[in-house]
Amino acid sequence: MPQIRMHTEPDQTSHTVQPLVEIRGLKTHFFTDDGVVKAVEGVDLDIHANRTHCILGESGCGKSIMARSILRIVDAPGKIVEGSIIYRPGDGRSVDLAKMRPGSRDLREIRGQDIAMIFQEPMSSLGPITKVGKQIVETIHLHRRVSKAEAKEQAIELLDKVGIPRPSERFEAYPFELSGGMRQRAMIAMALSCRPRLLIADEPTTALDVTTQAQILDLIAELKEELEMGVLLITHDLGVVAEVAEDVSVTYMGKVVEKGDVFSIFEDPRHPYTQALMQSVPKLGMEKRHRLPAIKGMVPHPLARPSGCAFRTRCSQAMAGVCDKDEPGLLKSGKTDVACFLYQEETASV
Amino acid sequence: MSSRHLAVFLWYHPWRATSAMFGFLYRRLLYMIPTVFLISVVTFVIIQLPPGDYLDTLAAELSDSGGLDEGTMQALRDQYGLGQPMYVQYLKWMSQILFHGNFGISFEKNIPVNDIIWDKLGWTFAISLMTLLFIWMTALPIGIYSAVRKYSAGDYIATFFGFIGLAVPNFLLALVMMYVAFKYFGQSVGGLVSPQYLGEPWTFDKFLDLLAHIWMPIVVVGTSGAAALIRIMRANLLDELYRPYVVTARAKGMSEFQLLLKYPVRVALNPFVSTIGWILPTLVSGEIIVAVVMNLPTTGPLLLRALLVQDMYLAGSLILLVSILTVIGTLVSDLLLAWIDPRIRYQ
Repeated sequence: MPQIRMHTEPDQTSHTVQPLVEIRGLKTHFFTDDGVVKAVEGVDLDIHANRTHCILGESGCGKSIMARSILRIVDAPGKIVEGSIIYRPGDGRSVDLAKMRPGSRDLREIRGQDIAMIFQEPMSSLGPITKVGKQIVETIHLHRRVSKAEAKEQAIELLDKVGIPRPSERFEAYPFELSGGMRQRAMIAMALSCRPRLLIADEPTTALDVTTQAQILDLIAELKEELEMGVLLITHDLGVVAEVAEDVSVTYMGKVVEKGDVFSIFEDPRHPYTQALMQSVPKLGMEKRHRLPAIKGMVPHPLARPSGCAFRTRCSQAMAGVCDKDEPGLLKSGKTDVACFLYQEETASV
Repeated sequence: MSSRHLAVFLWYHPWRATSAMFGFLYRRLLYMIPTVFLISVVTFVIIQLPPGDYLDTLAAELSDSGGLDEGTMQALRDQYGLGQPMYVQYLKWMSQILFHGNFGISFEKNIPVNDIIWDKLGWTFAISLMTLLFIWMTALPIGIYSAVRKYSAGDYIATFFGFIGLAVPNFLLALVMMYVAFKYFGQSVGGLVSPQYLGEPWTFDKFLDLLAHIWMPIVVVGTSGAAALIRIMRANLLDELYRPYVVTARAKGMSEFQLLLKYPVRVALNPFVSTIGWILPTLVSGEIIVAVVMNLPTTGPLLLRALLVQDMYLAGSLILLVSILTVIGTLVSDLLLAWIDPRIRYQ
């Protein structure tokens, strides 16, 4: 199927510097006994230093796999089958993470040091019977040649930095002695221990209550500014996107259907899926007894991917004879890039 | 300082981890007291089960050789409280054991129980310990391999031998191994040392000879345990291998081998420690047939013989000591568990 690529011209957010991570045509498939699940199906993504890029999408649309593909920690039977993940370590070199062997030393040096990741479940993402401090020290020792005492000092400093009270006591605590929010802070401290240039946060606040959620998001935003790192934030929560995102990619069934900067996406969403997502959020001052519009239907089973545009089965504006034939590529329309045939003629005619 | 402050102080006290461990130890030691008491009562009941008392048996046995004089009979009657209420007899029996280390007299051999059992108990303990090490050393690497390389050829081979190890009765394994050792390696079989060393003082040669013999009972007794533990380790580790914290460790940049041992294996280790608790009673009671077949100097055959001839003080002493050793084994395994898994010690 012909893919129309728009990335030969500079990104809409027009950074003069090259992106930190440049993903092109990434396909990550799962080879299960029942068939091939195309979790990520041709994704292009630019992540810039000192910017927060949000990946927005319903559960099961491949967001997490996309993020894990970057660090090459997709569990078997998942495999990157196509595409490139170009990472620029900042010394002029660029490496293609997609081509590296998952367990190789080069890749392990990038993991945790250049690119760090925090996860959705703070309850189960820390080793259950190892002291929090030890887990942080361990990360420091993996990438830095420092003495034990120095590593401990750094770890306590990190715990302090992420807002954990009495850090030197919490250094000795086990994960089960900390609350969810504290654990997520400890996770962040661990992720930041080697001053990564990119932080991938996979739904970091989903398992937390709303107050804690806001605190964690603020913390990530602060640290981003301070360390000038790029942040790739995966979420299904539009509120989170509105709060922290600078760039947004809306994904549906392993594809980016619309991307742009956060203001354009919220002010003028183009893709019917993005529009439907925006409408499904309750607003203040909404009329009582007004039924909140929901996107009809469910995400199709990954093995029963619709032909043509994957969203057409749930799309209110699907055009018979068009949307079921071809897959739309990402094209610039208005202020965003949209993968939808509704806008393709106007752009194509230009 | 209010109680709230005190609680906070205690909770965050730097010695909290140690004190939690001591609290745990203290509680577990307290729990041992009623357990051991109940064991002693049951043992006493067992000793009392055969009709007649110890002196009747003794008198009957010695009547041929002229019998005992009335003075000796009376002295023994006083020592064991015979003819007095049960609880008095129990207390006298217990106090003899507790304060004098006197376990009574073996009727059959007419010598103090003490002279018979300690040697055998020592061997039992030594063989148990070595069997435990054997089980750990085989089950840990094979179990880890089986889980990490699930459904590989190696996993299937380990599973195959695991099931064989579980299915073959130990005494049969013992017989086959003895046959093979005798027929093809020309080794003397049965016992722990070759006949020429029996009753000899310990020398380096005797020790080497012991090593040449002792592996056989260890393998025989340990095989089924190791097979079971391989299965347990495999299942436990499979549960842990795909947990989020493993992904976290991987995302930190740890090598697969390093993260495997530091995280999932450590969490899956609990059943290994628990083996300490059950290996001793298995060896003492479950492996009597093996001990008889292989002529091992352990307590198993002694207990069997004592029960057959109703040598009740000997049988009772063995049951009591082995039960207490088991309780201690369980305590040790619990303490080790609490040591490796902090979640246990704070419960």
